Order: sequence, then structure tokens, then C-alpha cells
Amino acid sequence: MYEGLDLNVTWFVLIGVLLTGYAILDGFDLGVGSLHLLIKNDLDRRIALNSIGPFWDGNEVWLVTGGGALFAAFPHVYATFTSGFYLAVMLILMVIIFRAVAIEFRSKVESATWRKAWDIAFSISSIMIGLLFGIALGNVIIGIPVAADKEAYMTFFDLLNPYAILVGITTVALFMMHGAIFLVMKTEGDLQKLVRGWVNNAIIFFVICYVTTTMATLIYVPQMASILKSHPEYFLIAIFNMLAIANIPREIFHGREFRAFLSSSFSILALLALFAIGIFPNLLSSTISPEYSLNIYNAASSRTTLEVMFTMALIGIPFVLSYTISIYWIFRGKVKLDNTSY
Amino acid sequence: MDVEFLSRLQFAFTIGFHYIYPPMSIGLGVMLIIMEGMYLRTGNKMYEEMTKFWVRIFALIFGIGVATGIVMEFEFGTNWATYSRFVGDVFGSALAAEGIFAFFLESGFLAILVFGWNKVSSKMHFFSTIMVTLGAHLSAVWIVVAGSWMHTPAGHRIVGEGTEARAEIVDFWAMVFNPSSVERLSHTIGGAWLAGAFLVLSVSAYFYIKNRHIETAKAGIKISLIVAFVASLFQLFTGHSSAVQVYEYQPAKLAAFEGHYETAPGDLYLFGWVDEEKQETYGVKIPGMLSYMLFFDSEKPVTGLNEFPKDERPPVNIIFQTYHLMVAIGMFFIGFTTLGLFLWWRGVLFKQKWFMILAVFSILLPHIGNQIGWMSAEIGRQPWIVYGLLKTKDALSKTVSANDVLISLIMFGLIYSLLFVLFIFLLNKKIHHGPDDYRLISAQDDSVSMKEVQ
Repeated sequence: MYEGLDLNVTWFVLIGVLLTGYAILDGFDLGVGSLHLLIKNDLDRRIALNSIGPFWDGNEVWLVTGGGALFAAFPHVYATFTSGFYLAVMLILMVIIFRAVAIEFRSKVESATWRKAWDIAFSISSIMIGLLFGIALGNVIIGIPVAADKEAYMTFFDLLNPYAILVGITTVALFMMHGAIFLVMKTEGDLQKLVRGWVNNAIIFFVICYVTTTMATLIYVPQMASILKSHPEYFLIAIFNMLAIANIPREIFHGREFRAFLSSSFSILALLALFAIGIFPNLLSSTISPEYSLNIYNAASSRTTLEVMFTMALIGIPFVLSYTISIYWIFRGKVKLDNTSY
Repeated sequence: MDVEFLSRLQFAFTIGFHYIYPPMSIGLGVMLIIMEGMYLRTGNKMYEEMTKFWVRIFALIFGIGVATGIVMEFEFGTNWATYSRFVGDVFGSALAAEGIFAFFLESGFLAILVFGWNKVSSKMHFFSTIMVTLGAHLSAVWIVVAGSWMHTPAGHRIVGEGTEARAEIVDFWAMVFNPSSVERLSHTIGGAWLAGAFLVLSVSAYFYIKNRHIETAKAGIKISLIVAFVASLFQLFTGHSSAVQVYEYQPAKLAAFEGHYETAPGDLYLFGWVDEEKQETYGVKIPGMLSYMLFFDSEKPVTGLNEFPKDERPPVNIIFQTYHLMVAIGMFFIGFTTLGLFLWWRGVLFKQKWFMILAVFSILLPHIGNQIGWMSAEIGRQPWIVYGLLKTKDALSKTVSANDVLISLIMFGLIYSLLFVLFIFLLNKKIHHGPDDYRLISAQDDSVSMKEVQ
């Protein structure tokens, strides 16, 4: 089946699509969560929470499916990454649990203290998820100590290097910008006015982080830039990315929030595309020796599995897209609270 | 304490906790379809409020199920990296299928189920209820397929040798329909239906005893009794076919179920104790009944544990006890639901306070049954993680230390304890709130925005 198709490359791209879908979709609800404590009154907090109410759970499915696909298509990468980053992965999982619980439980008890406690849990866990994923991404960019036995022997504190932390903060900034734009789209009146003010600040915060990260990458991770030297056309992605970001305040100014949201979504897509181009064909590059790096061939499942999964993807993707689009369509427009709200 | 012990403890704890919730979602989903279906058929608003009440509880259960489920997916890699490398080709595709075919379906339509009452038509809402429930069942399908493959591997070949060995798919459908998939899936789903039906039965009986929401309580008791009766008979058949299948493919496990050491005609214990040192089993038994149940011939010998080397036998007594308790609970379900239906038929069901009190407490039984049934199945696979192919002790992550696991285990212990307390607190709160009174609700406009009110 699928003669002439390099399924290893295809699955590299498909997992990229799933994780990009995750970053764009969960990105905005994590961003809304990260900004949550800046909203002062309870009713507005409820509106903000309900803006992501019908979506956040489905958005997480992109991560779950991405994880499953990584396990199936590149089991060595899945095994090396999750066991090598053991405590970091455990921390992410617990923060994800905490956040889900905070969203579910916040409005279930009529008590100001109860709500305040869950508001803080919700906001901090939202920031932590962005930060931790960013740190993980930063470590993948600079490489991890994958040994000859495909295992990465390292400690939790090895992950906390300055470059990775920088990528982590950049990710939080990106999600805040993305989430603020989403909130502008879903709110009206005074709350919208307040959030509109945050968008520009978030853009500035993000651009500063982004420029710093780019410079740090050029200095500390020259291999990421080498592909750009041999294929200058990829620079276009970076340029389009900056144009998309610059477009956001313009669209917000004209009240075209959805277009602003598309721009920030495009920006996430462009950043992850640059990341993917930079690491390809490796998935985890080894800092011990390049030959120990896990790439799309030496870490992959058998051709049969890649074929079976590709068939599943061809069958499943139209369904997934149709549910996703329908849900966003059904719950379009400004948030109205009712008796089914959080 | 070593890494193996801690990792097994962590896996058992995290999956045991997780496994409280998905069976309830699956079973409650079926109950929701019936309730909402009754509403659409009869137009009786009582059923609508009943459905809304149970949807609120469903959302709570579902939320915790999802949150704790994400842990499971990644724990294969964090603690069992060597296992993940070995089975990724086979097992991973089932997990990925669960994501793409079940989770997207569930989570998408869940939004409509919970938040969509005023956004879509009642038919579309009913359709969403069906889709969420279908998604929950499909999720069980893929995860049970993956688990069954670990018991009865099929459709694969082993490539590489020693530490490099790994399983690769040769025939995808042979992997999916491996010899134990169908029996295991049907028995698991039956257990889930029981968990859902007894939840509704228990809460409805509680309302009835407390003389609250009487109309809803009576309807809930009737619906759940029927579902529980059908499900408990279903469990009798699927349980039997599971046992026959286990004997065929994992005879050491079946022998452990009955503490059967010598290859001889097998007896069926009602209850008992296995002395693993002396290799003796004591208790009340029906001679030859095991052989009869497996072969319809009480004289035919059943392979005993002595046929297996000691290091390839599962721990016997714990499996014996969990298995027998599960069977006893199953028998109770059949008796209890039959009695309930009989009383209903005689028109005296709602006069039996003792029956209602029993019904309130019966909520614990499906959960105990699911947990210990699962334990007897999974511990019965030991010392293998993939039966006959990979031992549990060889499946661990090489880079993870006992301290790492201890830290995460303590964190899980704390978070899950908190989560459980909060779950019970909120469940209790929702139950005390009860369904809204439809006679009052219809006078209000649901869709009034809070913003406008204030």
C-alpha cells in the first residue's frame, strides 16, 4: 500500500500537524487561563472560563492523540522522551489534572474562598503547562544526551538550562497573546475593552521573547540555522510569521477579531514549522554523538504499522475535522452565561 | 523498595483510580440514552429534568476520567520504556486509534451534551448523547484490544534478539481480534453497564427513601433495574466464555483462579483459601464442576499449576480470592435484580423499604467487581507483561530510579486522594440538589443571560 510514499516523513508531518493543532487549540485556552487572575470580578471570570468551556477538553484530545501517534509511529522517541524526562512529564501530567479539576470544580460551590482557590489553581496550572511544554521543546532543540542504547540518562535539573527556560517563557507569552485575542473575540462591553488592552502588551512581551530566543538559537544551536543557510526560502516562513504578528493589532483595531485570531494561529503554525524544519530528520538529537540521534528512520515502527495508521488517519481525519468545526460553529459568538455554564 | 515494585504499585494505583470513572461514564451514557429517549418519545418534562440531572453528574465523572486517563497514556513510556519499545509497533496503533476514533468523538459531542441544551434542537442533543456514549464504548474497544493483546498476543512477529527484540505487526486484524479481545471486551462493557445502572438505582432509591423527587426516583429505579438485570445476565454468559477462553490460552491463570495444582478433574470452589507454600486449597467446593463448566464433562482433567515452572506461575491466592469475590458479586446481581423485577411485577416493589436500602448500598458492588475482576485478570498474567513474550521485570525504564518513582507515587497519592474527596463531596452535593422540578422550570426562560439579569 501507498507505494512511493515515504511514510516515515509522512508521520513526521502528521505528528507535527497533531501537535500544532494542540498548540493552536489548547494554546488559546491555556492563554485564557494564564490571564485569568488579571480579571478581577467574579462574573467576568465566569465569562472568561465559559469562553473556553465547550472547547478545552476537546483541545486536549489533540495532545492525547499526538502522544498515541508518537507511541505508535516512533516508539523509541516516545520511550526515550517520556522516561528521560520522567519527573518533568509527571509534573506536566499532574498540572494537567489540576487544571482540569480546577475548571470542573470552580463554580460548583457557592463560596468566594473556594472560587478564589480554584481560580489561582487554574491560572497557575495554565501558565505551568505552557512553561513546561516550552522547556521540553527547548531541550529538544538543543538536544538531549541520547546514548548508544537509545536511552537518555539525565536528571530533572538538566532540563532547567537557560535556553530551555527562555523557550518556556516565550511559549507562555505566545499563548497569552493567542488567548487574549480569543477572549476579545468571545467577549463584549467592558470586559472586552479591558482584554483588548492586553493584546498589545502580550504582543510586545511575545516579540521581545521571540527575538531573544531567535538570537539565542543562532548563537547556541547553530545546527538549527544551518538548514536555513542551505534553503533560504524557509526564511519566508519567518518573515510571514512577523507579518502575521504585525497584522494582529491592525485587525483588533478594526474590530476584526476572528482575523486577528487566524493571524496568531498562523504565527504558532509558522513557529512550529520552523522548529520542525530545523530538527528534521531527527526527532531527538543526541548531544553525545550525532549517530545516536533518534531520527524518523531508526526510531520508527515497521512499514506495516505506519501503513495501518496512515489508513486510520485517512479515515479519521475528516470525522475529526467535521466534529471540531461543528463544535466551534455551534458555540460561535459572544459568551452568554446560562444555567449550563460553569 | 526497588523500581519494579514501585512502578507496578504506581501503575496499579493510577489505573485502579482511573478505572473507577470510565465504567461509570460508559454505563451512565447508556442510561442517559434511555432517559432522553423516553423524553423524546413521551414528551414528559420529568424525563428531561432527569436527563439534565444525570448529565451534570456524567460531566463530573467524565472530567475526572479524562484527567486521570491522560496519565495512563504517558505512564507506558515513563515507567515502562523498555516495554514501550517492545510493543510500540502493535500496542501504540491501538492507542492512536483510541485517540482518533473515540476521544475526538466523545469530547466533541460532550460539549453539546453538557452546554448545548439551548444551542441545538432536542433531536440533535439526543444524537449527541448517543455519540458520546458510542465514543465511550469505542474507547473501551481500543483500550481492551490493546490490553487483550498483552494476554493473548497475535498478528505479530518478533524481530531482533535479546534486548533488541521487538514485536511487529504482521496482520492488523489478527492483532485486533486476538483470541481474548471479544470475551474480554464484552465482559468489561457488561461491568461498565452495571456500574452505570447501579449508580442510577442507588441514587433513585435514596431519593425514594427520603421521599424526594418521587416521580423521578420511581422512573429511575425501574429503568435501572431493567438495565442491571440484562447486564447481570450478560455478565454470566460473558464471564463463562471468558473463563473458557482463559483456560485455552492462559491455563496457568485459570488454574490459579481455582487454586488447582494437580492436573485432574477440576473442582469449583464457592469460597476458600490457597496455601501457596503447601500447594493446597481449602474451602467449600463442588467436585468436578470446573471440568463440567469448561468441557461439559465433570471427569475430564484440567491442567494444574504444577505443569508450570514456579517462576511462571502467577500469585495464586490473591487471584483465587479476587476471582471468587467477583463471581459472588455477579451472582448477587442476578439474584437481586431478579427479585426486584419480581416485586415490581407483583406490584409491591415500592413497598419494600429493605430492598431500597439494599439498592442504595449496592452502588459499591459493581465497582468492587470491576476492580477485583480486573485485578484477577491482570495479576493472572504475571510474571509476564506480554504473555509468553516479555516479563514484567524486563519491561522497566532503564533511566528511571526508585527515587523518581517514589516521588511521583507520593504526588499521585496526594493528588488522587484530594481528587477523590472532592469528587465524593461534589457528587454528594449534586445528589442533594437533585433534579430540578420540571413544573417550576418550564415557567422560566432557561436562556436568559446572567449578564442581563444583573
